[in-house]
Amino acid sequence: MTAELSQIWVYLAASPLLGLTITLLAYQGAFWIYQRSGNNPLANPVLIAVTALVLFLTATGTTYDTYFAGAQFVHFLLGPATVALAIPLYMQFKRVRAMLLPVLAGLLAGSLTAIVSAVLVGRLFGASQSTQLSLAPKSVTTPIAMGIAERIGGIPSLTAVLVIVTGILGALGARYVFDAMKLRDPAIRGFAIGVASHGIGTARAFQINEQTGAFAALAMGLNGALTAMLVPALAHWLAPLTGH
Amino acid sequence: MLSALTQLLIFQLAGEVIARGLALPVPGPVLGMLFLFFALILRGGPGKDLQTTGSTLLQHLSLLFVPAGTGIMVHLHRVADEWLPLLLSLLISTTATLVVTALVMKACQPKAATTGEAP
Repeated sequence: MTAELSQIWVYLAASPLLGLTITLLAYQGAFWIYQRSGNNPLANPVLIAVTALVLFLTATGTTYDTYFAGAQFVHFLLGPATVALAIPLYMQFKRVRAMLLPVLAGLLAGSLTAIVSAVLVGRLFGASQSTQLSLAPKSVTTPIAMGIAERIGGIPSLTAVLVIVTGILGALGARYVFDAMKLRDPAIRGFAIGVASHGIGTARAFQINEQTGAFAALAMGLNGALTAMLVPALAHWLAPLTGH
Repeated sequence: MLSALTQLLIFQLAGEVIARGLALPVPGPVLGMLFLFFALILRGGPGKDLQTTGSTLLQHLSLLFVPAGTGIMVHLHRVADEWLPLLLSLLISTTATLVVTALVMKACQPKAATTGEAP
């Protein structure tokens, strides 16, 4: 009986079916908890799902590579989903055009703040050099951030994790930060969330309302492009700071 | 839905090919998003099919980050060693980014003076 079970396990562990299924199950369970909590941002579905999956994989002795062989099918959809962000963006086009100056100024200021403060705070508290470089692109969406990290000598897969955590922090904390600032404009709230915490923040912004979501999507796209140019350009200047 | 998904993939593919072909630092899907955005302006909006598929995909955007997030298990050692600088860096930098972006946007908003103060 146990031998049969372990044989089934050997088969399942080698096929992409398991990784894919547990990803969907973990996410749906996490989403159910999130809804039951009354959409409390502290019950962030990504955070819950990732915790559950790490516990499960560790407990069953499954490697991340094996898991990812199945989960990559979900991961792949990030590409078309990024393209699809053009749709809500188009719907808000009029509002965006009317706010061109604040959008561009906010983008530049926010993008620089995200890069420089991440590296400096990391250095101040003793992060190693490769960790500091992995922190630099943490505010942009995963595929972009990983590409940047690779280019400047960071660790792409560590960056991917830092990006996710940044996204969760932004999705969790943005509301409290904006309330403390007495900032109500949904366009500004959305845009700042998108600059600071990319797709996960954007996903959260879409749960608030369409306009907040559209501005977050705009910010995420623009900041992805800007950071991809800024970080390599700043790397020169960041290198002595990281103790190169 | 099938046609909408195909359209999204075609725009992504176009973005990918051009980003790599011209060695742009911008990732393919982001370029694809820009292309689709301009296509929508030219077309005067997404059709019903594209709109439905797009919003289905975006409704569960959070799900798509789960596989990459689970990658933290590979870095548990480093995270355990450097958790304090990592946590402080992410926390302070994310908050600072939110505040700076919002303040700069608010300061630049052409609201108080309605006549051409903005360039």
